[in-house]
Amino acid sequence: MAGVEKKIGSIEFRLLSPEIIRKLSQIRVVTPDTYDEDGYPIEGGLMDLHMGVIDPGLRCKTCGGNIATCPGHFGHIELVRPVVHIAYVKLIYTLLKATCRKCGRLLLSPEEIEKYKEIVTGEKELDEDTALEIIEKTKKAGICPHCNAKQEEISLVKPTSFYEGDQRLFPTEIRRRLELIPDDDLRLLGINPEKARPEWAILTVLPVPPVQTRPSITLETGERSEDDLTHKLVDILRINQRLRDNIAAGAPQLIIEDLWDLLQYHVTTYFNNEVSGIPPARHRSGRPLKTLAQRLKGKEGRFRYYLSGKRVNFSARTVISPDPYISINEVGVPLDIAKILTVPEKVTEWNIEKLKEFVKRTEYPRALYIIRPDGRRKMVTDNNREMILEELDVGYTVERQLMDGDIVIFNRQPSLHRISMICHLVKVLPGKTFRLHPNVCKPYNADFDGDEMNLHVPQTEEAQAEAFHLMLVQKQIISPRYGAPIIFPDQDYITAAYLMTHKDVTFPKHIATKILAKAGVYELPKPDRRINGEPRWSGKILFSTLLPKGLSLEYTAKTCIGKDKCEHFKKKGKCEGCPIDAWVKIENGKLISGVIDKVSLQGILLDTIFRKYGSTAAREFLDRAGKMFLEALMHIGFTASLDDTDIPEEAKKEIAEVIKRAEKEVDELIRQYYSGELERMPGKTLEDTLEDKIMAILGRARNEAGDVAAKYLNPLNHYLIMTRAGSRGSMLNLTQMSACVGQQAVRGKRILRGYKHKTLPHFKEGDIGARARGFVVSSFRDGLDPIEYFFHAMGGREGLVDKGIRTAKSGYMQRRLINALQDFVVRWDGTVRDSTDTIVQFVYGEDGADPMKCYGDNPVKLKEFLLLEQKEYEELPEEGEEELVEVVGEEGGEYE
Amino acid sequence: MNKNLEKRIELIKEYEGKLPKKIIEEIMEMAETTKIKDLRKLLERAVSEYERARIEPGEAVGIVAAQSIGEPGTQMTMRTFHYAGVAELAVPQGLPRFIEIVDARREPSMPIMEIHLKDEIKKDKQKVIEFAERIEEVLLKDVAKLEEDFAEKRVTVIFDLKALEEHEISLEEAKKKIERQARRKAKEVGDNYLVFEPGFSTLKSVRSFKEKLASTRLAGIPGIRKAAVLEEPDGSGYYLQTEGTNLKEVLLLPEVDPRRVFTNNIKEIENILGIEAARNAILIESKKVLDGQGLKVNPRHLMIVADAMTYDGEVKAIGRQGISGEKASVLARAAFEETVRHLHEAAITGEVDYLKGVTENIIVGQPIPVGTGTVKLIMKLEED
Repeated sequence: MAGVEKKIGSIEFRLLSPEIIRKLSQIRVVTPDTYDEDGYPIEGGLMDLHMGVIDPGLRCKTCGGNIATCPGHFGHIELVRPVVHIAYVKLIYTLLKATCRKCGRLLLSPEEIEKYKEIVTGEKELDEDTALEIIEKTKKAGICPHCNAKQEEISLVKPTSFYEGDQRLFPTEIRRRLELIPDDDLRLLGINPEKARPEWAILTVLPVPPVQTRPSITLETGERSEDDLTHKLVDILRINQRLRDNIAAGAPQLIIEDLWDLLQYHVTTYFNNEVSGIPPARHRSGRPLKTLAQRLKGKEGRFRYYLSGKRVNFSARTVISPDPYISINEVGVPLDIAKILTVPEKVTEWNIEKLKEFVKRTEYPRALYIIRPDGRRKMVTDNNREMILEELDVGYTVERQLMDGDIVIFNRQPSLHRISMICHLVKVLPGKTFRLHPNVCKPYNADFDGDEMNLHVPQTEEAQAEAFHLMLVQKQIISPRYGAPIIFPDQDYITAAYLMTHKDVTFPKHIATKILAKAGVYELPKPDRRINGEPRWSGKILFSTLLPKGLSLEYTAKTCIGKDKCEHFKKKGKCEGCPIDAWVKIENGKLISGVIDKVSLQGILLDTIFRKYGSTAAREFLDRAGKMFLEALMHIGFTASLDDTDIPEEAKKEIAEVIKRAEKEVDELIRQYYSGELERMPGKTLEDTLEDKIMAILGRARNEAGDVAAKYLNPLNHYLIMTRAGSRGSMLNLTQMSACVGQQAVRGKRILRGYKHKTLPHFKEGDIGARARGFVVSSFRDGLDPIEYFFHAMGGREGLVDKGIRTAKSGYMQRRLINALQDFVVRWDGTVRDSTDTIVQFVYGEDGADPMKCYGDNPVKLKEFLLLEQKEYEELPEEGEEELVEVVGEEGGEYE
Repeated sequence: MNKNLEKRIELIKEYEGKLPKKIIEEIMEMAETTKIKDLRKLLERAVSEYERARIEPGEAVGIVAAQSIGEPGTQMTMRTFHYAGVAELAVPQGLPRFIEIVDARREPSMPIMEIHLKDEIKKDKQKVIEFAERIEEVLLKDVAKLEEDFAEKRVTVIFDLKALEEHEISLEEAKKKIERQARRKAKEVGDNYLVFEPGFSTLKSVRSFKEKLASTRLAGIPGIRKAAVLEEPDGSGYYLQTEGTNLKEVLLLPEVDPRRVFTNNIKEIENILGIEAARNAILIESKKVLDGQGLKVNPRHLMIVADAMTYDGEVKAIGRQGISGEKASVLARAAFEETVRHLHEAAITGEVDYLKGVTENIIVGQPIPVGTGTVKLIMKLEED
């Protein structure tokens, strides 16, 4: 290690006085040239070797360093005539107006000055408002209260010229006046005179930044191309020289003033090339120069691009692809990448043998570099391998290739929240893509249609430990946003779980064992069913092997149609014995009844396992359940095809009937509208009333069409299964595919723009019927006719445009939020404070509870406890002989 | 039995301070039906669960809050929502409304009030409708036509007598109010018209005089442009929803239940009810937006935003005009927006950046004082 670490305690900002500028300077720059014909920096020129070196082989004349070691040094230009610093024009203007033109005192009576002095010194920080108040007061003074001099009106002609009456005030005069202002008066205006005397804002000396900050580049042709800043400095030096010559030659005042203004222009654009009111200085090609202010400003400026954002080594990026057979904690790393990324391991007496082994090896996994205790790095090659083995000792560091189990951080942009970066454990795999467990897509918002992700290898033990203990995938299962799982089985997994744990689904022995083995369960539970004498294993009992012992839960599944609609509940008054198996009951780690679907796997079940049994148990559950479901799904078989959107002829007729009826209703409404029978809804215009009613009718028509389709669909229709289990899609999607796409909307209204009084040339003017305004009668399956297709495209286009605007707006909002809130941290005393130690919240979130550790919004789930308390009193049933349910040749239960 | 209940309540009270108020209240509700033995167990369990759920020192709650709100931002819609009831109320929902809240605008783009009435009136629909009509602002332009005569430099007000009658405004009263607004007597008074000759010379001033007259308020509460009567969701009566807000005036009306007057204008709440009320309003309004979008966000994140906007005593925007522009650190401000200006101003005031925040330390390349970065270990080397 580097030993004592230096820490920056604070950074002070101030104006540089001419004295300081000269003191900082290593050389006075006088020649407006850079290199001579031989390509050697000219003495006294802008590339003078006193200001640092950028050419290999040369040495700095100040510090003696070369390109690598010389940090660069400032030079200076003595300006023949002073010029105004463009950033302080406003300040100079207020100061000139607020102080006496003659004696330089603030234009306030001595009593008032005393009064304000008290106010200002009483405060820790200078208050902007007080300063403004003082400035406002000085405006009224026509005569100086101190020396009785008459105060002439001062005006500013933008950008940089001052006038007193109609007499031009040149920077020399301004500087003289500013010098007169006493320190104490400046303090009242919020200026710290020790750090910033106002006359320093009139430049007499200009610092020249080190060569390193404005390196020249050599083009392929051997031509040198100078940096924009150097160009600007050349301009300044040239005009400065001309001004000097002219003054020496006794040129007329007018010419001198012109040159002076020109010097002012160049210095101004040197600082900021986007000052309003003056044309930006341009490159020969016409491109505006990027001068000092432009270098700092904006997204690509120094601050945001280079200081707030940092680039790193030990990272990799490639396409991601899914691998359901690795753990959710793991990331599959291509061998090609593992061979390049390294992990440093410090040599100790306990691992020296192991590390020597790495050095010895010539194949993966081997050591690529060693670092000597003095910090020198050496590559391990075939030639020096023996030598290195010889010298390797405690205190050395070995950089070995990335291996299985190494700790890495995985990331996908845009990194909108902290779980966009999660710690994974390396699993080196063949292939060229990163492999990611599909259950971990959600926090990254990743899919596999070509997404790329980044991988970072933490290089210190502290970093690795922090990553592992705080950022590991299994610890991120619960979202800090809403306190519920965000890493969970999705889509196919849900379908599989639903199909597998469904009421009567059983498996024969050879398949049950396969499913269990895939999930890493090597003990076969007792069969719980029997079909035609053959022992069968229900999906429930297979799934139960994954549940922790002692887990008891009762809840309703996604498939539950709701207590108010449920006939069974109305009759029995309880959920037990639910006919559609939507009542999930888990007792002591055994699934007694109910199907496992979205509610279980993305909610309560996973949540409970995580909180009661810890993150490792939850990870294990996800790993094994994932594999089990996939295996089961492969045996059950599942697909969704065009056939699944098929509906019988009579259904089609019925749907057409529904739509026809709706269209008629719409026509009737339109008739009423024209005949004046239509009644205006309160608070709406007649037109809006009509639109609202039409929209309602057509919306209803589409839903009815969907209901018709659903009625005729096989309950085992694969799309229906998916929507029921919650794995993908909704009833709306299915309706649009097989029944009717429905009304297309732009800006929340029926489509109404296009031609004069009509949407497309195919309609009559003034047609406001269903089809003429974007109602799509066809289904996606049957296909849209050209008119419908066009309306659909209109709606689709709006969606795309909207999305684009939204991302930009929400991105900026998030940047503002982050910037405003980033310093708020829970302190050791439990308060939330900002970086100035000001209290924001006395107790975080009013109760000090961590959203990530909450159940939804509550830190404690009381109802749950009551239930558990009761459970603990009642003796749990002894584990004994399980009842064998005899099921003979029942329908829909056999999968083989 | 009663004694038992007392004992139970006693027991629960012992846990005040160990458990948050809300949980204590919840357990109190169970006191009657739960055995004391179970109650004790429940309380102990709740305490241990609560302790488990405590936030850890060092947690960067600000950043987590910002991310938790910003991340689902892309999922919010941009569409405006048309309120049932009040005419054409295009109320911004989703992202635009959220941005409006964090911007701390002086007035939301669609100011709305919900006014609940005292029990005596709220059941009688007719009375509620009358009340609604009474508070609706009636301007001169709503009941009269104004004509300007540029040649003669005069303005004529022609009343719509039917409209006047509808709003129960007498002609006399209206005339008086108009004259007060005009600060001069009418030159000519007719049955249904007034003529003003303000004596201005420029056409522009005649026009602005007309505009000024047109906005003379004849009746109602200023700012309440429209009031609609809606049924309370629990069926207990009727309430009002208004376009335009005027919290101060509405609170003073005797018919109004002052505890249940609501406005979506946060600045107005700040001015009239104070900063704590404004803080709650931000919390409620932002929660409403997220709920409306079906987005799950823990309210604790919204509290951080609300507190950030209010913790120094006035409602401040999230952004450069607000909190970000007033940060203690020069570097943090410069890295956000208006880089150059902040650097120049820092030089003049001789500001010092003590590098206590996140951005500053990232800029200089030091560990940030957040999370594990807040932990400092000093090892004492024992002699011998």
